[in-house]
Amino acid sequence: MNSAILKYAIDLLAVLLLSLGIKGLSKVRSAREANRLAAVAIALAVVGVLVDSLGGSGVSFNAWIWIILGTVVGGCLGLWTAQKVPMTSMPETVALFNGCGGMSSLLVSMGVVLYLGDGDLDQLNKDLVVNLSIVISVFVGAITFSGSIVAMAKLQGWLSTPVWTQSKLRHAVNISFVVLALVGAIELSFGGQSGLWLLVIGSGLLGIGVTLPIGGADMPVVISLLNSYSGVAAAAAGFVVESQLLIVAGAMVGAAGLILTQVMCKGMNRSLLSVLFGGALGAVSSASATSTSEYTNITSCSVEECALTIEAAERVVVVPGYGLAVAQAQHTLREVTRVLEAGGITVSYAIHPVAGRMPGHMNVLLAEADVPYEQLKEMDVVNPEFPATDVVLVLGANDVVNPQAKNDPESPLYGMPVLDVYEARTVFVIKRGMSAGYSGIKNDLFDLSNTSMVFGDAKKVLGDLLVELKELGVGRKG
Amino acid sequence: MDFSHAEALWILLLGSLLGLELIGKVPPTLHTPLMSGANAVSGITMLAALSLIIKAGDKLPLLVMGSISLGFALFNVIGGFLVTDRMLAMFSRKPIRRKGNGS
Repeated sequence: MNSAILKYAIDLLAVLLLSLGIKGLSKVRSAREANRLAAVAIALAVVGVLVDSLGGSGVSFNAWIWIILGTVVGGCLGLWTAQKVPMTSMPETVALFNGCGGMSSLLVSMGVVLYLGDGDLDQLNKDLVVNLSIVISVFVGAITFSGSIVAMAKLQGWLSTPVWTQSKLRHAVNISFVVLALVGAIELSFGGQSGLWLLVIGSGLLGIGVTLPIGGADMPVVISLLNSYSGVAAAAAGFVVESQLLIVAGAMVGAAGLILTQVMCKGMNRSLLSVLFGGALGAVSSASATSTSEYTNITSCSVEECALTIEAAERVVVVPGYGLAVAQAQHTLREVTRVLEAGGITVSYAIHPVAGRMPGHMNVLLAEADVPYEQLKEMDVVNPEFPATDVVLVLGANDVVNPQAKNDPESPLYGMPVLDVYEARTVFVIKRGMSAGYSGIKNDLFDLSNTSMVFGDAKKVLGDLLVELKELGVGRKG
Repeated sequence: MDFSHAEALWILLLGSLLGLELIGKVPPTLHTPLMSGANAVSGITMLAALSLIIKAGDKLPLLVMGSISLGFALFNVIGGFLVTDRMLAMFSRKPIRRKGNGS
């Protein structure tokens, strides 16, 4: 009994720390400590479970071996991955971790159904709540796992969007997966173990079927939503193994994921439903592919011209995008802006809410390159400033600066808030070629007379630009 | 202090509301770290894996399954917290630099 009370005390403390941790994570100053606080809370929770078991029936030698085995393997892999992965592929990494969390909840519920004594199972099947929790944790866990893995593969470029997934056919296919899962769930509820496999396969396929058609531009929303799902799966697993702590933590993560998802949808001016069921944006444009490649008024210019224009500027705004992350050009960019600042040119960075593949992706990237926090400006703040801006440097961003979103009601992008860079005096777009952005839509910005294209890899172009600027004497003291 | 499902449902409700309230306002800078941190917390499902192993007795398949589940969850927890810390380390470095420049 004493150990039970101790366990509750530990659990309560863990919940408190967890709440403080998640709250602290939403403020820049306290974020790092808050993250550690949350980690301590999880460690405490583990201690709680062990204390409870040691006070009760004890932990067998056999159990210890398997606990240690799982801990060592999973822990080391996590440690290795976290240190190895480059900062630029954070979104994929979060998707991978998230999928594994879902897999864990799935396995627990499967284990309970398959192997936890026949007597226990009969009892389990009588309880509606437990039954439902098992079904939910298997269903959501499987979707989280397969969906996250597909999201990761798409972000890594291992998977592209198959054409058939853009037709209406996919709804029929997905509905059939739902039916499959539902039949499995019902069979499972009546004690049929084969129903479990049907449920697992149906939900796993559903996760793939729902994630696969979604275009890269919408991926952040999907990852955030899947993050929310993994919380739901954990909470459901909490009902299965009867742990209040798990329910609280899972519910908190589920709610947190939902809020983030909402924020992201707002940033793109799309509803969650259209993200999930509308298919990729690019699909719409591939229908009108004839107009996609028709640029009529492209001005291309050399790095020297670009440098000369920038030298004469007073205000420069940098618009970073995913291309910057891919080219790993953030440090070179910082060197260029340092030279500009030393030359008395005001530099700021315009951050679109969904620039990159995740909200805050660009902030992380630029922070890594030591860009001062105050120079990063959000869309609402920076948009009125563009008419007074001399030079805009668009680095690997595309859809988020497409004026079509404002001017062309026919465009699939129409209605999405964009950065009004075309209002600036001169726009330089640094880009490898004329290929379309992630949405696959033609960018009207490139056709405007105040836009010049500088073709080349972002890192190389910025390196050349740095040399040119130094030759021009920009930023030289005295 | 037995586990009651009615109570558990209340806990679920209150936990969800808590989650909604806790992160009402977040600057965009912190969206990725917050997502990553919350994701690490969702690895708390390792508790479920742990109790599964402990309750498994000598049923080998259950032990193996629990162990794999524990591995997946720990991968999520440890990787998640470390990656979040790596991201946040880049934010906390700057104020010190700025002080240095200002003086």
